[in-house]
Amino acid sequence: MDRIPVLKLGDALLVTVQVDMHDRLAAALEEDLTGRIAATGAKGVLIDISSLEIVDSFIGRMLDTIAAVSRMLDADTVVVGMRPAVAITLVELGLELRGVRTALNVERGMALIGRRSDAGRGGDDGGGDRDGPAAEDIDDDGG
Amino acid sequence: MEAAAVFEIRSSDDVVRVRQEVRARAVAAGFGLVDQTKIVTAASELARNTLDHGGGGAVRVESVSQGGRRGVRLTFEDQGPGIPDVEQALKDGFTTGRGLGLGLGGSKRLSNEFAIDSAPGRGTRVTIARWNSR
Repeated sequence: MDRIPVLKLGDALLVTVQVDMHDRLAAALEEDLTGRIAATGAKGVLIDISSLEIVDSFIGRMLDTIAAVSRMLDADTVVVGMRPAVAITLVELGLELRGVRTALNVERGMALIGRRSDAGRGGDDGGGDRDGPAAEDIDDDGG
Repeated sequence: MEAAAVFEIRSSDDVVRVRQEVRARAVAAGFGLVDQTKIVTAASELARNTLDHGGGGAVRVESVSQGGRRGVRLTFEDQGPGIPDVEQALKDGFTTGRGLGLGLGGSKRLSNEFAIDSAPGRGTRVTIARWNSR
């Protein structure tokens, strides 16, 4: 069966979704990712969707689920590389991925995750996905 | 490209195929990228509904024109259990399956024309059209 590769990138895991997702592929990705989070102690998961020409509610649900499961394993999920036409369509579809953070590209996604693990090392890590008060707002729309 | 073609929807591979066909039609009708993305996304939602809720079916893909405007019309049909309360099914959040409940209402918003005909035991037919907005 096909699998989507999960790469380690510093404190984070990087997944690049390049193919049309099928149910089984989505389930396999969820399993692979959560296994790798537990094994590596990764603080974040970057999901690069720049290759996807559309995101429908099936893919949206998969992204939401991965974010929720990763959060339980103490890792943040950042979806990166969404195409502008996909963003416009998702909003009209009514799927605003509120449980998932987004960044324009991998570099900015890494910056979000990096800030979070720095804040974690600073001691106060009780605030869920909120950053410290001194943190600069890069891509955070405030939820 | 023929004016109309029918594709079966029996597996998630078929959903992918439907997306590709609809994309090709939208490009041929001169759609811009955003319009292409909207109709392909709507097609994906409805094809998945046909598969997951209708137990499979088919879609008729048509290139249409009206008063100089070109567009794409899609008719999804299944012989599944049907929808008892269509109005409720069009509301966001309504789902009996694994989706987010945005399939019908969402695809309606992504289309310029939308019609649904369904009743328990009679299956479901959904027709959408999107016109080139350029």
